[in-house]
Amino acid sequence: MAQDAYIYDVIRSPRGKGKRSGSLHEVKPISLLTQLFDALKTRNNLPTYLVDDVVLGCVTAVGEQGADLAKVATLAAGWDDNIGGVTLNRFCASGLEAINLAAMKIRSGWEQLVVAGGVESMSRVPMGSDGGAMMCDPQTNSQIGFMPQGIGADLIATIDGYSRETVDRLAIRSHQLAAKAWANDAFSKSIIPICDRNGLVILDRDETIRPDSNLESLASLRASFAEMGAMGFDEVAREKYPYVERINHVHSAGNSSGIVDGAALVLVGNQAIGNQLNLRPRARIRSAAVVGTDPTIMLTGPAPATRKALKLAGVEVNDIELFEVNEAFASVVLRFQRELEVDPDFVNVNGGAIAMGHPLGATGAMILGTLLDELERRDRSLGCATLCVGGGMGIATVIERV
Amino acid sequence: MQSIKIEKSESGILSLIFDRNDSSANTIDDVFTNEFSEAINKIIQDPPRGILMRSAKTSFFAGGDLERIYRTTKAEANSLFDMVERLKLSMRKLETLGIPVVACIEGAALGGGFELALSCHRRIMLNQPKVKVGFPEVTLGLLPGGGGVTRSVRLFGIQAALPFLTEGRKYNAEKALKLGLVHDLAQSKKVLMERAIEWINSNPQIQQPWDMKAYRMPGGLPSSPKLAHILAIAPALIRKKTKGVFPAPELILSTMVEGALVDFDTASRIESRHFVELVCSPISKNMINTFWYQLNLIKSGIGRPQEIDKKKFKKVAILGAGMMGAGVAYVATKVGVEVILKDVSLERAEQGKNYSRKLVAKNVKSERISQEDGDRQLALIQPCAEASELKGAELVIEAVFENRELKAQVTQEAEAVLDEQVIFASNTSTLPISGLATASCRPSQFIGLHFFSPVDKMQLVEIICGEATNEKTLAHAYDFVQQLGKIPIVVNDSRGFFTSRVFGTYTQEGIAMLGEGIPAAMIESAAALAGFPVGPLAVSDEVSLTLMSKIRKQTALDFATEGKNAPSHPAHSVIDSMLDQGRAGKLSGGGFYEYPDNGKKQLWSGLKDTFSPIKNLPSLHELKDRLLFIMAIETARCLEENVLTNVHDANIGSIFGIGFPAWTGGALQFINYFGIQEFIDRSEVLAKQHGKRFSPATLLYTMVQNGIEFQ
Repeated sequence: MAQDAYIYDVIRSPRGKGKRSGSLHEVKPISLLTQLFDALKTRNNLPTYLVDDVVLGCVTAVGEQGADLAKVATLAAGWDDNIGGVTLNRFCASGLEAINLAAMKIRSGWEQLVVAGGVESMSRVPMGSDGGAMMCDPQTNSQIGFMPQGIGADLIATIDGYSRETVDRLAIRSHQLAAKAWANDAFSKSIIPICDRNGLVILDRDETIRPDSNLESLASLRASFAEMGAMGFDEVAREKYPYVERINHVHSAGNSSGIVDGAALVLVGNQAIGNQLNLRPRARIRSAAVVGTDPTIMLTGPAPATRKALKLAGVEVNDIELFEVNEAFASVVLRFQRELEVDPDFVNVNGGAIAMGHPLGATGAMILGTLLDELERRDRSLGCATLCVGGGMGIATVIERV
Repeated sequence: MQSIKIEKSESGILSLIFDRNDSSANTIDDVFTNEFSEAINKIIQDPPRGILMRSAKTSFFAGGDLERIYRTTKAEANSLFDMVERLKLSMRKLETLGIPVVACIEGAALGGGFELALSCHRRIMLNQPKVKVGFPEVTLGLLPGGGGVTRSVRLFGIQAALPFLTEGRKYNAEKALKLGLVHDLAQSKKVLMERAIEWINSNPQIQQPWDMKAYRMPGGLPSSPKLAHILAIAPALIRKKTKGVFPAPELILSTMVEGALVDFDTASRIESRHFVELVCSPISKNMINTFWYQLNLIKSGIGRPQEIDKKKFKKVAILGAGMMGAGVAYVATKVGVEVILKDVSLERAEQGKNYSRKLVAKNVKSERISQEDGDRQLALIQPCAEASELKGAELVIEAVFENRELKAQVTQEAEAVLDEQVIFASNTSTLPISGLATASCRPSQFIGLHFFSPVDKMQLVEIICGEATNEKTLAHAYDFVQQLGKIPIVVNDSRGFFTSRVFGTYTQEGIAMLGEGIPAAMIESAAALAGFPVGPLAVSDEVSLTLMSKIRKQTALDFATEGKNAPSHPAHSVIDSMLDQGRAGKLSGGGFYEYPDNGKKQLWSGLKDTFSPIKNLPSLHELKDRLLFIMAIETARCLEENVLTNVHDANIGSIFGIGFPAWTGGALQFINYFGIQEFIDRSEVLAKQHGKRFSPATLLYTMVQNGIEFQ
């Protein structure tokens, strides 16, 4: 008989600007993780030998993020030797995929307690530095119609008719809600400040929020993908979207997710282990789903993934009380809302990646944590977290407070 | 040996001389491959002090044997692969022997010829205009498979080598030296030989750069972050040019990158495999068929009556100094022909000359020609307003408005003062020549010379024979076109001849789609992605809808006088509706497109309201087929009706005159490529869906019965 998978805890680092000038640039990816491992152990009074496995998302798993960082992190954190560790890559969904996989492990009955999450230090290991056939093998690149995500986002905006102002307004909302959320301590339950070896705080807040951003300042930003589009990618899009005369390049650095450093962990287990450790389950993972969609436009996955997850959970769109839709680009959220006819007032209520950044491997775990914290704050029950994913995928997870 | 001679000097330097005994040029085929391998093995046994690679022909080496390549089918992929690998093994042995090898490039070294030169340690090139190097393979749908990709990548790095390999350009000596394709230039063969020997003397032991321990690939490996970033964009950059219909440039890029990631020998083997793939692909066959065999037939003068002596023109007259007349004046004076440029006033004739003034100034500025040459060219144009000044012209080209009365008038005016021998040519694009010839007192010397706009860029000239046109007139008209450096095709008289008639089917089909509610952007995309240089709506705007409507009315009148009804077409109502709304085309301020003063043209926003889009869009594939098929079907009809008399004129004319996609090898080769029976089947389906205009020509059914193709 399938056992339910419960979330016992969620924690995350603050997100630092993903540049040399970012506060977390001095912190190694492994150190981001070990500090979270320490916190998770302490907060839950965890006898680590009871953990079966650690599943971590990390997209650019090369260099200091290479060689199965998940297992290495357990060792570096001084956790028990008997724990497994696996690092996975489902592009931007990696963090949520880690949680979904942990839930499947629990539901299979083969494991009892799993740490899931993700890490990405984008300032230290630049995005794309892992190469890969999709981008770097010309034959594959050409065959599958590879385009940078931003052009896919612009294509969505063009097809749906989102103007520059519309996407900029969503960006402003993200910043304002994120600032408000910090002011209201919405994240305080989960935030673990990142410290140096002396215990001095390096960063305890998300670093890229600009509550004063406005339409004028945003409008002055260059369309990030117009140039690349003109070089040839717009032509690639034409093969699949021939009725689009020209792509309206609306996305800029201001209305796209920020490049940041950060990590997140989630403790997932069955009922029995919770009882044994005297831990209170905070939510049940009702369902998880992934889908594949057109790889060229790439970012339309959240709606179909959500539909699939809702169906598995046996609930309707209207039953969901809060959505977290990763703000990879403004048009991704707008498309999701339009396609599922979701009231924007219940989407990303504490801001999102446009304001706080998108540390690729960790984001999925972060937004699931944000979702759970907010369901608790509002005393609501059902929530859904979803992300668009490279290569044309979508992922969604439905949770229910218990 | 049949293709290689070996000579050894007393000083111990060996000459490897390419001199194919049964051909005017050296080519790589099985004979050469065997002999080259034999020669290299012999050399290895008793290595000389140095080697000079030379040619006894006027060219250094012509490259791969295209006959061999064209004949090779997928079933023979293996034997071709073996041959290429054997050749490359010999080249590799030669370059790793440790003794200096110098390529003495005294004549053109293209394709396989330049690949042989690249396997040498030193390339010295004779600095003369006809001596060029480069990789033209891509223009025939192929890639340099004789080590050209592998060595270029190692010599220049991926980014720098990309243009050499994918653009098919030929470089003269100075450019080649500047780009590093060769190491040294010589002004004479004697000096070249001295330099070569000198270099051998001072470099007794040598390795290729890529065989040295310290070798680093210029620009970095594909895995380096800088290059990886560029490589992510490179396929899209290529696709922007190829629209995905030419496989060769894409495969060249793959070959470069895949080869850069492995050792030389593995890279070379990957290159051979990709080369064989392209050789066996139907698209390279299409391109070789048309751009090699058929174009060469036309260049050799196949369409010209052979018994007539060739004529070189010194002086021609052009009637009408509008866009076409002015363009012809430019191209004629460019090759040194004197031009009398006549219009109704001297002022207008001067305006026509201004066109050449502008182009010449541009050429001087970009250093394509010298100021003196430019001045000399301009001095050849003599503007005038009086018919009496036409005296002395050997050929008259009439380029006045498309109006029968006007054309008749200028014909008679000119003939009154001209010598009896003079050929009279009309540049009409639509009016039947035999009809125009009735105004002439010498209809046997009356012919159509249909130039395309812009005249200085478009290579094709359609020669139209009227009923009375004699052979001498045709032969000399052909000579004139060739004298201009343009490509002549010869067709018989009919409404719209060949090119305008088939071109009309293209624009009308596109316009009809709009009437069906297919979004304009999708129509234009389908054309672009099928490989057409300009979409049917964009090109209609250039032609102008008013002109299209005029031609239709004229056609209807002509039919009516014959007691027939002109055929109707779904495009007609769309054109009428556009004209009703004052959208006549580019020159009248806008048609299917808007033309903002500052910025790119864009589709007219009113199209969506005028032709409301349908919900269930057809597939892109369907639209591409409609554009390709309607032109191919009409071309086959032209052949059936004897407007066209052969296949090469059809293929060349369709590509160079009216933008039929080059990857197909032309409108009739497209039918071969598709398969005659399959083409019929698909046409019949299209006819059912879209109307009888898609019914295949009877000729095609006969061809299936007889089991033949267009040849």
